[in-house]
Amino acid sequence: MSAENNNTLVHVDAVEKVFHRGSEDIHVLKDLHLKVPQGEFLALMGPSGSGKSTLLNLIGGLDRPSSGSVSVAGERVDQLPDHKLAAWRARHVGFVFQLYNLLPILSAERNVELPLLLTHLSKSERRDHVATALGVVGLSHRAKHFPRTLSGGEQQRVGIARGIVTDPTLLLCDEPTGDLDRKSGDEILDLLQALNREHGKTILMVTHDPHASARASRTVYLNKGQLSNEPVA
Amino acid sequence: MKFLHLTWSNLKRKKLRTALTLLSILVAFVLYGLLSAIKQALVGGVELAGQDRLVVRHKVSIIQLLPESYKARMERIPGVALASHQTWFGGIYQDPKNFFMQNPVVPQEFLQLHPEILLPEDQKKAWFQTRTGAIVGRKIAERFKWKIGDKVPIQTPIWPKADGGQTWDFDIVGIYDGKEKQTDTTWLLFHYDYFEEGRSYGKGQVGWYTIRIKDPSKAAEIARAVDDEFANSSAETKTEPEGAFVQGWAKQVGNIALMTASILGAVFFTILLVTGNTMSQSVRERTGELGVLKAIGFTNGQVLALVLLESCVLALLGGLLGLGLAWLLISRGDPTGGMLPLFFFPTQDVLLGVGISLALGLVTGIFPAWQAMRLRVAEALRRI
Amino acid sequence: MSGPINWFSQIISVTKFGLLSVPQRRGSVAAALFGVAGVVAVLVGVLSIAAGFRRAMAASGSPDSAIVLRSGADSEMVSGLGRDNTRVIAEAPGLARTAEGPLASAELFVIINLPKRTTGTDANVPLRGVEQPAFKVREELKIIDGRPFEWGKNEVIVGQGAAREFAGLQVGGKIPVGRYEWPVVGIFSARGASAESEIWTDARVLQQAYNRGDSFQSVYAKLTSPAAFQQFADALTTDPRLNVKVIRQPDFYAEQSTAMTKLITTLGVLVASLMAIGAVFGALNTMYSSVSARTREIATLRALGFGRGAVVVSVMLESIALALVGGAVGAALAYWAFNGFQTATMNWQSFSQITFAFAVTPQLLIQGMVWAVLIGLVGGLFPAIRAARLPIAAALREL
Repeated sequence: MSAENNNTLVHVDAVEKVFHRGSEDIHVLKDLHLKVPQGEFLALMGPSGSGKSTLLNLIGGLDRPSSGSVSVAGERVDQLPDHKLAAWRARHVGFVFQLYNLLPILSAERNVELPLLLTHLSKSERRDHVATALGVVGLSHRAKHFPRTLSGGEQQRVGIARGIVTDPTLLLCDEPTGDLDRKSGDEILDLLQALNREHGKTILMVTHDPHASARASRTVYLNKGQLSNEPVA
Repeated sequence: MKFLHLTWSNLKRKKLRTALTLLSILVAFVLYGLLSAIKQALVGGVELAGQDRLVVRHKVSIIQLLPESYKARMERIPGVALASHQTWFGGIYQDPKNFFMQNPVVPQEFLQLHPEILLPEDQKKAWFQTRTGAIVGRKIAERFKWKIGDKVPIQTPIWPKADGGQTWDFDIVGIYDGKEKQTDTTWLLFHYDYFEEGRSYGKGQVGWYTIRIKDPSKAAEIARAVDDEFANSSAETKTEPEGAFVQGWAKQVGNIALMTASILGAVFFTILLVTGNTMSQSVRERTGELGVLKAIGFTNGQVLALVLLESCVLALLGGLLGLGLAWLLISRGDPTGGMLPLFFFPTQDVLLGVGISLALGLVTGIFPAWQAMRLRVAEALRRI
Repeated sequence: MSGPINWFSQIISVTKFGLLSVPQRRGSVAAALFGVAGVVAVLVGVLSIAAGFRRAMAASGSPDSAIVLRSGADSEMVSGLGRDNTRVIAEAPGLARTAEGPLASAELFVIINLPKRTTGTDANVPLRGVEQPAFKVREELKIIDGRPFEWGKNEVIVGQGAAREFAGLQVGGKIPVGRYEWPVVGIFSARGASAESEIWTDARVLQQAYNRGDSFQSVYAKLTSPAAFQQFADALTTDPRLNVKVIRQPDFYAEQSTAMTKLITTLGVLVASLMAIGAVFGALNTMYSSVSARTREIATLRALGFGRGAVVVSVMLESIALALVGGAVGAALAYWAFNGFQTATMNWQSFSQITFAFAVTPQLLIQGMVWAVLIGLVGGLFPAIRAARLPIAAALREL
């Protein structure tokens, strides 16, 4: 047990999440336990509405559990006050969204630069980090292009570059290939795998596509708010 | 600042909307500049009034004359350095609509009392030596295209000549400039002696006196002393500091300051609504993007600051452009074609304008910024 | 599927949809409304100052009244007429007569200093000395408080405008004339004419106080009819004993106020024009954002077969309707806030205060509404064209 604990990066313990819709109470997550060791590429699968994104949000500090605890790298994320949470996210988490969520008014490199604006790096240092990140995702030649001139796959790669530019502890991906065709999707998954195997990035990926989850090192299944290691029949 | 690029890109999001809002703000500030200049023209003489000068007039009415002999008595009062008189001539040059001041004065004394009147030495000498000589201000000379050496005939219904005519002839021997830009350069000043000799009635009587006192802090005391001196004479006086005198006239024109402030208030309130609405719309359209920024790690405070920065950049840009354009337009001169003696954009109003545009940016941005700050990240992301 | 009726009903439908979506766009709509309202209110307000000033001057005098001044004088202050002159004038043809004699009043015009109520500082007030016929020549004059002054006595009556502006001018108050203080025995109204800014007394008494001997400055005369003016004027100007100028009262007052009216009007128009330009930009902004908010809806309608023309007209109609409502609000606001607002300013010809009230006239209200419609038109035109040119397929995809 102690060996496990030593490299556990994410520890979700007895977490419950209840949403209040009008007069109804919706229990999205119930008594959830999850441990993610450092360096794992974990896939979170489950039918829509099962709470996958909610769990991701809790781990990423975008939301708080109704009860239970969430720890990342030994820190109790659920107990951090709001303003500290933002700073924590900036340092520890990179997000990759289904719809890329790039700012259309900024070029690719400026989009990648965004998280760095929160650091104390100088302009040239920021430029270097951006160049590196774009290099890793293979889009250096499209650095000055705007999202509207990039294909879906390219936009997502910019999204990934933005997610890794600060070298975060954790990369959280919410349906990263959900909006892409098979070929582009595969490219993205290749990239994520490379990040995990070659750069040692810990990745949590929410997906409903078994093709995508096959690329992960482990898959867990979420159904009706509870986790299991086996898919529901 | 490193966030400036992000702010600028956000403003370029909807170029037309930003441009139109900018133009509205620009126009508001052009109006602000124009009204400042108008206000200055109508009430600005007060600042210029000599600290060490008092004006003495007939107690009952400005139109009543004072004896010339008062000068000596005034100069005997302790604290009085010099007393000199002027009289309202009320002349017409060609057309009654060409209104400007012409006053008979004692030239040497007048120049001593009014150091803000700048005249080259040779022109001064020419004036002192020419009985029919007159000096005119730069502005009025330009308006009527007078040059040194011109003969100017002026008619006055108030002062018919002893020989029966109503036209007085003057020789332009000098053109004066004002020391400050507020100095009035629309006067024509000529010799009292010429006036006294030529007029058919009112001999020995003058319009009002200007006194220079040695110690400005004793102005009120000396004013009282002058009025006491003439308290039981045929012509009682009212003496007051020049600033109060000018202000009295300005106040007679009306409460200009109140009017311009009201108009500007209405204008800026309207601009506030228009710009505020633009900002609110702009923020509402970006809910998702703001969510992304927060997810990346921007704090609530930083998101608030970003929106405020945007509204301030917009307001400042519009404001500075508007103030600049106002400056250009105002320097082209009086729009009423001569009715306003001074027309310029006072520096302090320019600075105030910059301050107002900054305040405009803050006020229009605060509500949308606060809304952006309050966005809950998870919801915002879902709204994409 | 063609024809004017169909086209007309299309316009109605598109406009109806537009109006239904207004609650969603209430922010922009409100901004546009208040923008136009603000512009119209300021415009009407500023121009009402000039209108009020002109009205005060014009209310003074009817076409069958004339004023005689010394030739070349453009105001009473600089005019001078001796007693013998005024006697000759009183005998001229065309003058109305009663049992007591000709309706001609020889008058004296001076100014005195009194403190204004609002500022506390001194301002110049006209003090007029009149003869008995004056009250018949100016039939609009009515005593509304106290009594008329007694002839031969040092008493004055005060116009209600002056009473309002200056301290101490109520019945029982005293004003300093020369060395002495004269009591105020009555207040008079004159239907808004410039006489309301004046203080009146007996001409002879005033002559003594000001050492004027037996000279006057003007003669105010009532003619038998407006047409009699020419006869009256000709008789006087051709008389070798006189050197006078004869002018109808309304013309005289119009002359007196030209400088001030020109100043106020020029400045007012400048201010108003700038505001209108600003309002056009504001309106354009609103209409563009309104069109962009309705992009999908407009594209849907067009995909369904509604013509481009109907869309253009509908957007313009919405813009004009918004502007009209805003304009009406602004006009009402201007009327409520400004109409009748009493103030005073300097009459440059006489250097004295003339009291008047802001006048929001029907012409100004109409002018304001016209400006509003123009703003709505210009503000709606380009957005309307853009709405008509939307590429339907792309617009439908836009979520």
